[in-house]
Amino acid sequence: MSVRLRADCRETDVTVIGGGLVGLAIALGLIRNGLKVTVLDEGDIALRASRGNFGLVWVQGKGDTCPEYAQLSRLSARLWGSFAQELESCTGIDVQLSQQGGLLICLDDAELEQRQRMLCAMREQAGGDYPFKVLDYAQLKALVPAVGPRVAGATLGLEDGHLNPLLLLRALAEAFIARGGKLLSNASIGEIRQQDGGFSVVAGDDCWNSAKVVLAAGLGNKALAPQLGLSAPVQPNRGQILVTERIQPFLHYPTGHVRQTGDGTMQLGDSKEDVGFNSGTTTEVMAQIAHRATRMFPLLENVRMVRAWGALRVMTPDGYPIYEESRVCPGAFLVTCHSGVTLGAAHSGPIADWIAGKPESFSLEVFRAARFDV
Amino acid sequence: MQHDLMFKRLENEGCGTVLVEIDGAAFHARAGETVAAAVLAAGMIPSRTTPLSGSSRAPYCMMGVCFECLVEVDGVPNVQGCMTLVVEGMKILPQTGARHLSMAEQEMYS
Amino acid sequence: MSERIYDLVVVGAGPAGMAAATTACQHGLDVALLDEQAAPGGQIYRSVGKPAPADTRVLGPDYYYGRKLVDALQHTQIDYFSSTTVWDISSERVLSVSIGGHSRTLRAAKILLATGAQERPVPFPGWTLPGVMSCGAAQILLKSSALTPPGPLVLAGSGPLLLLIAWQLHKAGVSISAVLDTTPSANYFKALRHGLGALRGWRMLLKGLGYLVSLRKAGINMLSGVTKLRADADSSGRLAQVHFQQQGHSRVINCKSLLVHQGVVPNVQLTRAMDARHLWHEQQQCWHPQTDAWGETSIDGVFVAGDSAGIGGALAAEHFGRLTAWQVACQQGRLGSTERDMLVRPVRQTLDRLMVIRPFLDVLYQPAVEFLLPVDETIVCRCEEVSAGDIRRFVGLGCSGPNQTKAFSRAGMGPCQGRMCGLTVAQIIAAERNVAIDQVGYYTIRAPIKPLSLGELASLVSHGDK
Repeated sequence: MSVRLRADCRETDVTVIGGGLVGLAIALGLIRNGLKVTVLDEGDIALRASRGNFGLVWVQGKGDTCPEYAQLSRLSARLWGSFAQELESCTGIDVQLSQQGGLLICLDDAELEQRQRMLCAMREQAGGDYPFKVLDYAQLKALVPAVGPRVAGATLGLEDGHLNPLLLLRALAEAFIARGGKLLSNASIGEIRQQDGGFSVVAGDDCWNSAKVVLAAGLGNKALAPQLGLSAPVQPNRGQILVTERIQPFLHYPTGHVRQTGDGTMQLGDSKEDVGFNSGTTTEVMAQIAHRATRMFPLLENVRMVRAWGALRVMTPDGYPIYEESRVCPGAFLVTCHSGVTLGAAHSGPIADWIAGKPESFSLEVFRAARFDV
Repeated sequence: MQHDLMFKRLENEGCGTVLVEIDGAAFHARAGETVAAAVLAAGMIPSRTTPLSGSSRAPYCMMGVCFECLVEVDGVPNVQGCMTLVVEGMKILPQTGARHLSMAEQEMYS
Repeated sequence: MSERIYDLVVVGAGPAGMAAATTACQHGLDVALLDEQAAPGGQIYRSVGKPAPADTRVLGPDYYYGRKLVDALQHTQIDYFSSTTVWDISSERVLSVSIGGHSRTLRAAKILLATGAQERPVPFPGWTLPGVMSCGAAQILLKSSALTPPGPLVLAGSGPLLLLIAWQLHKAGVSISAVLDTTPSANYFKALRHGLGALRGWRMLLKGLGYLVSLRKAGINMLSGVTKLRADADSSGRLAQVHFQQQGHSRVINCKSLLVHQGVVPNVQLTRAMDARHLWHEQQQCWHPQTDAWGETSIDGVFVAGDSAGIGGALAAEHFGRLTAWQVACQQGRLGSTERDMLVRPVRQTLDRLMVIRPFLDVLYQPAVEFLLPVDETIVCRCEEVSAGDIRRFVGLGCSGPNQTKAFSRAGMGPCQGRMCGLTVAQIIAAERNVAIDQVGYYTIRAPIKPLSLGELASLVSHGDK
């Protein structure tokens, strides 16, 4: 049934629902395509996976069972340098991007061997172009003297890196607004109506008419998607992160569990818990994170953590993203992933171009949600 | 350390003193008092510089809330001075900017 | 071996905590009392077991009254843990505590948080300079170390403690260059509406007036209606001058020490970390946990008493602490409800009498707007050096609450975990958005609520996980 668009609605070319790393990166890319973009964001107390992001621009091991995802992650990593420059020239914000390689430290030999096997298989899949090194303990120690004696070694992904996710979030927001985008917070999304050639998004007392709608609302996508003939079977997965006081720089490579930020603080994390929508912290998990981190870097023993938080990852059943245009409601797009930083440059580049209507530079067919309908 | 910055000690109930070293100088602290109190009595002001801008700070709340009284105690950086009691022989230094990994920490693991 | 479960764990050994622990113990409860300080007393009765000044006239009888509570505590079977920091409380009422650099856990059937108050942060240009200190800090130094700040000395602010510490320092022989009263003159008219309550609480009112009269009599330069407070540094970065306006004139006083005060606010870090419900107290301009008539919060079995439940002062805290202990004893089956009600009745009457003056005091001593919504150049987050202007700019970028400005500016991310900026940041956001502060909220606080070494945290891993 087609519904008349409300006359009192404001006009925009694209309405993006969700003002996190995913929504803002896409919105910025849409502006680059010459479109008028409005981002509707939640308020202060939102689940916000963006705020819990660990800040890795990470390639190694990603997409071991989905070559297209591996390719997309690597493409994004390659685009990051110029994207970071673009953000800095527009906002003056240096997002502290460093891509000198990243380490996945393994505590025992079995773990290291398993990881090596996985990366070798991925290299084969990529036709030999998949740069990584396997470091035994002595090689790792030579590269990172602070590493402790009770680790087996590490894999070094040469395309890996990290950045400051909160600076990135701010830079995206500032760049988006500077280029004429409209960012509205405290928007609680009600109905999304569709009619020929357009959408009407009701948010509180306001309403926006647009030719296209992008759902980038993280866990919120699950409830919104069916209105547009889409499906977003996402579930929360909690990660807890610990941050220490600032210390003098000593760790020059990010690792999968521990990294030193551009501000000097240490970030420790990578816990995974299935606890519904509880974004709190627990002593037990924090202790495990601290235990592993101090085993990897014993000099952290006396370093004080100053805060911790929990955040909910947005996980699909297979862990891979969904990029999909609705077949029922053309012009409605669904974007969901749990790697808002790594994929940020791709979201702002090729993914935004695809939403803007440019021919796809690569197929996104594999990322449709229909893969879960078995 | 300047004499005119020192907090003045009133006539007080005797409870003994402990000898500590504050910014390299010997100082008789009152037994049972906090490191932050001793720092003020010795006139070690400012007692720290911030990691961000390097601006000068000194103890502000004395009750564990503000974290302005961070000092280095016996080689351990970022110790909350108002929540730590003086101990005989303690060496107290200003906290300069971000935490340095102590010599001991660096040697132990390098 | 089954782990010991205390009937009641009391956090904080100030008047509320000491009275509650003693009372609960008298009714046969198994009680632990945890406190961050080396000796009981809290901040109001800090070091009262062993006060530093030789001359007891300096601190006065209201302070030494606290000895009674400390003495009572010493004749009980309470497990008292001094120099102990509680850094987490789980929903199953497991407390994670740090003692001398080692962490352990304690279990409790009921928990009473009697964590008292902290001084309201007083942001104004120059408040971070060495030489500027809170009035509460100066009083702690007096009580525990008999130390007084170097002169020339100026005090500035509003509230009973400002006059009290001025009087105590004067009695200690310290020369005071000036006391700058920033209480807005409009507050006197607003407070008159609560004048009846003030008259019924005349004893306390007289005491306050007494300090004022005595300070004037002593010839101390008392300046009222002070605005535009600013502290300036010398070339070495230390406090050198205080600037202000009074009666339409700009004035400057040279000083080495400036003590500031704008009242006290509840210490809500633990109740916040537990996600208990909090309410905004408009008259007191601060948050406090929502409770029932016995001090039980929105979290089952977790109580608050004393100033951490809402500012009421030391005597009210002591009485409310007892009342809470009776309720816990009743819930634990050690006291019948009829007996409890009989015990409580006279205490409720005393509390009513003590609290009757509060609305008058709260309104009279509401901080001037310049300390609630400081000018742009003022540092609001001392740890991360974020200014009021930064916060305003990020509200313009779409931040609608303190957690968003935290992500954008780092305000609230430092070691004090927002204790020194949380109120200010939320009030600035509310003013910029022109909404009530309840719609802005507060930082999401997570354990550990005090910095903790990673080694200490790691030691809590159960052996199977190592």
